[in-house]
Order: sequence, then C-alpha cells, then structure tokens
Amino acid sequence: MKSVMALMAGLLFGTGLIVSGMSDPAKVLGFLDLAGLWDPSLALVMGGAVIVGLVAYPFAEKMPRSLLGDALHIPTATHIDRRLVLGALTFGAGWGLAGYCPGPALASLALGGLKPLLFSIAMLGGMVAFEMLEKVRAHAELSKKSGTP
Amino acid sequence: MTIDWIHFTPWASLAGGLMVGVAAALLLFFSGRIAGISGIMGGLLEPSKGDISWRLAFLLGLVASPLVFSVIYPLPPVHIEASYPTLIVAGLLVGIGTRYGSGCTSGHGVCGLSRRSPRSLVATAAFMAAGFGTVYIVRHLIS
Repeated sequence: MKSVMALMAGLLFGTGLIVSGMSDPAKVLGFLDLAGLWDPSLALVMGGAVIVGLVAYPFAEKMPRSLLGDALHIPTATHIDRRLVLGALTFGAGWGLAGYCPGPALASLALGGLKPLLFSIAMLGGMVAFEMLEKVRAHAELSKKSGTP
Repeated sequence: MTIDWIHFTPWASLAGGLMVGVAAALLLFFSGRIAGISGIMGGLLEPSKGDISWRLAFLLGLVASPLVFSVIYPLPPVHIEASYPTLIVAGLLVGIGTRYGSGCTSGHGVCGLSRRSPRSLVATAAFMAAGFGTVYIVRHLIS
C-alpha cells in the first residue's frame, strides 16, 4: 500500500511536469534567459505547486503520523551555511547549462533518446561522487579527532 | 525584458504546477515524506532498511509518467539544445550540487518554500541566480 501510494504520487508528479511544459529543456532555458525572449511559465509551475503546499503543510505538521502510519520526515535543519549556498550555486550552473533539473530529467528517460539518459547517468555519477567525498571527509575528521594519522 | 508570448503557457503551466503540488502533498500525507527528487535519489545510494521501497516506487512512477501520459494524450515535443559533452558536465554539476545543497527545484523550490523555510528560500535564490547567470553567459557572452 505504501509503495502504491508513492508510485501514484510519482506518476502524478511526472504528469504535472509534462503538462506544465517543464519536460522540455528549451522551455526551462526560456525562463532562465532573462536577457532574451523571456518565457515566465516556470514561475507559474512553481507558484502553482507552492500554493498547494502552503495549504497542505500546516495540516501535515499537525499530524502525529502519516495516514499510512509512518513517521513524518519533515526537514528540521535551519542553518544557512556555505555548503547550502555553494551546492545550490553548483546545481544552478548545471541547470542553466542543460535546462534539466532532476525531476524533468527522470521524467524524460522513458521517451527514449540518448540525451536525457546521458544527463541522468552523469547526475547519478555526481551523486555517487558526493557520497564518496563525504566518506573521505568523515574519515579525515575521525582520524583528526582520535589523533591517528 | 521582453516576454516570449508565443511560448508562454500560463494555464498549462499553472495546472501542471498544481498537479506537482498535489503529488507532493500526497507523498507527505500518505508516506510522511518530502517530494524532493534529488533527495529521494540520493537516499538510495546510502540505503537503510525499510527506506528503499517507497523511494523506488516514487521514482518508478516519475519515470513511467510519460508512458502513461502518451496513452491518454500526445506528448508535447521537446527540444534539447545542449550537446552531449555539455549534458555530461551539466549532469555532474546537478548531481553534486543538489546533494551538497540538500535539494533541488522540488525539494527546496517547491516543498521548502511551501514550508516557509528560510534555508530553502536562500537555496532557491542561489540556484535561480546561478541558472540566470549561466544562461546569460552561454547565450549572450560566449555565443
């Protein structure tokens, strides 16, 4: 049941991206190109989604558990640090280069074509690189604390 | 600034956005999870018990969405300007950046702003600014 609901949510999420036009990188780049002919569509996609969210979140925050009995995993981090900003800037640079962010890239995979596949594999590679760098960092900090080289 | 009235699709984009918002709300109410695509993907790389199936199911739905869509209605055409090498570089930057920044357009841009999180507002402003800047450099300075 839990997986069925998650599957339905994923389907609806992807369908929303297609309906909104965001599965087309040219449309995303049309939004990011402020100095050219500007297509404001993406702002309406985010606006529409956030309007629903603004109504939904206050209800969710009052729920003791999810409707299927799981704990609610709502982010608790509030600190604004260098990692957050540099990470977001890096993401934005990649987004501006290709016009793909993670959702639309995955929702384009099944269309066939090499380009979304290539982007998605590289994106996965970037995420794997992050996990490896984090392990190296955690290891370095651990040995610094314990004093072993 | 000149608005591209030919490509601007206010109603379809608003409707699609509402659907994305409802999808995120469904995942939150039923599974107790935030619909951040990069976070859902990233969680599979460092998996913990009982935390895998909902992620796979959500991503499967996302990947299958154009197939289901095409049964009901013809898929809109897509135009991918970026070359193969550019797509690889862009993918790597998006992969690393979204993990360091703890989110992407969905996690920070949609879910974070819905929670009125200042952290997500800063992240959204940063990736938007980088996106605007990158497109300006690529389209107006280099070419």
